[in-house]
Amino acid sequence: MGMARMASDSNIIQVTGLVKRFGDFAAVDDVTFSVRTGEIFAFLGPNGAGKTTTIKMLTTLLEPTKGRILIDGKDAQRDRNGVRESFGIVFQDPSTDDELTALENMDLHGALYGMSRAESRDRTKELLEMVELWDRKSSLAKTFSGGMKRRLEIARGLLHRPKVLFLDEPTAGLDPQTRNRMWDYLAKLNAKEGITIFFTTHYMEEAEKIAQKVAIIDHGKIIVQDTPAKLKAKTKTKSLEEAFLSLTGKTIRDEEAGAVDALRMHRRMWSGGRK
Amino acid sequence: MSSMRSLKAIYILWIRQLKRYSRSPARIVGSLGQPLLFLLALGFGLGPVFASAGQGNYFQFLVPGVVAMSILFTAVFGGIEIIWDRQFGFLKETLVAPVPRTAIMAGRTLGGATIAVLQGVIVLILATLFGFRPDLASLPLALLFMALIAVLFSAFGTAIGSIVEDMQGFPLIMNFVLMPLFFLSGALFPLTGLPRALEIVVRIDPLTYGVDGVRAALTGLPSFGIGLDLGVLCAVTVALLGLGGYLFSRIQV
Ligand SMILES: Nc1ncnc2c1ncn2[C@@H]1O[C@H](COP(=O)(O)OP(=O)(O)OP(=O)(O)O)[C@@H](O)[C@H]1O
Ligand SMILES: [Mg+2]
Repeated sequence: MGMARMASDSNIIQVTGLVKRFGDFAAVDDVTFSVRTGEIFAFLGPNGAGKTTTIKMLTTLLEPTKGRILIDGKDAQRDRNGVRESFGIVFQDPSTDDELTALENMDLHGALYGMSRAESRDRTKELLEMVELWDRKSSLAKTFSGGMKRRLEIARGLLHRPKVLFLDEPTAGLDPQTRNRMWDYLAKLNAKEGITIFFTTHYMEEAEKIAQKVAIIDHGKIIVQDTPAKLKAKTKTKSLEEAFLSLTGKTIRDEEAGAVDALRMHRRMWSGGRK
Repeated sequence: MSSMRSLKAIYILWIRQLKRYSRSPARIVGSLGQPLLFLLALGFGLGPVFASAGQGNYFQFLVPGVVAMSILFTAVFGGIEIIWDRQFGFLKETLVAPVPRTAIMAGRTLGGATIAVLQGVIVLILATLFGFRPDLASLPLALLFMALIAVLFSAFGTAIGSIVEDMQGFPLIMNFVLMPLFFLSGALFPLTGLPRALEIVVRIDPLTYGVDGVRAALTGLPSFGIGLDLGVLCAVTVALLGLGGYLFSRIQV
């Protein structure tokens, strides 16, 4: 009892044998990994590797074909709302309501997570100040630049004090200043509040600098998981980028995407949201 | 505890719809165009024919139908907004929230229904400016019918928005669902002496009972009876709320 219990206590995310098939294509193919409480974990992989699909399953948006997901000790398929309380998420695509102000987006989030008005407003002020948007709190989100929207989403994802924050390519399309600032405050939060950070990125320097642990997924399968230093040592390379390339090869992954996407759109139209 | 949270979620999503509505005056004005056109062109254009056929005042007959029409369209479009929220990403924000999906669906549906009723009231007020004379004593009853139509079709729109993933299906919905619902509801013509086949179709259309109820309340024109209208509308509303809730809770993105 003791050992097993301790292991699961220190792993805030525990994924076992996770599979997601779309038709007969396995986007995520028997993936097993764990993330320790308080860790900064980078989930890397080429385009189409299955990162977003995995995150969608971890965050109860997509039903796994097979496998088990435990977040903060709760089962993502059985205790959905329990799991939903324990994480915050910044999606790969924007997800603010553009017709609402920054403050209204935050209020809405607070209410959905059952926070009292006062508690939600206090925390909102603190977070919007942190992401330097407090001055713009009354502007409609549609007037924000890409970077400002991203920062708003980060603040929103943190509002209900989640134990885990999922970030799916949070820095894509942002300038280096904004990226550095963003990682600064995420690292600060990780140190101060002990929040676990699970993120994906295509900027390898970023992952190398920030992540304590890295998993690389390709064609739906995890090929390695280790610390950046050990990965470099294993592949005898000098940077995580070189290690990544030596592990995943140099071919481009989304050549067929155009045709496949068009087909997929077509098929999805009346498919009843089941995918 | 969890029902408290559901209520809070319903309330905040309801407020969200109202805010979005009040912030787009263009949409409010724009969606008055169609009902106005029907009121003026048909109301005054067909009035003389209607009168000479011994059917009385056509404008008085038509207004409840056009009010019901604007509620129908506003409510269904409000429900279908899920498709936009899906495309602009906001839907996901609500789907990962620790709230039962049925509460999210209820909030959206009520928000859409409220806007639809407001839109119906605006049309009603405009109609009185053009000479419509409603029976003020029965106004509350008319509002009840308007609210029922609104919730019914808002839930219907939610159900559609839950299974259709992009706007490509929109013309299909418009031409094969909404237009027939409207034209076959008795909004534009009296239901007496219809060909048998048409009468059957009209009797199946739930909007028929909504139009009938609003018309009876506002004008005192003969109807199926308030009891039948209320009964059918309530039953269909409950069924569609159930269906919409079910389909919404199965959305995967
Ligand atoms: N709804 C869907 N239906 C069919 N195939 C899908 C669906 N969603 C994703 N896929 C496929 O699953 C694979 C993994 O996609 P996913 O979005 O998880 O990749 P990713 O690792 O996040 O890539 P990127 O770095 O480009 O964001 C891709 O081949 C994609 O085309
Ligand atoms: Mg992705």
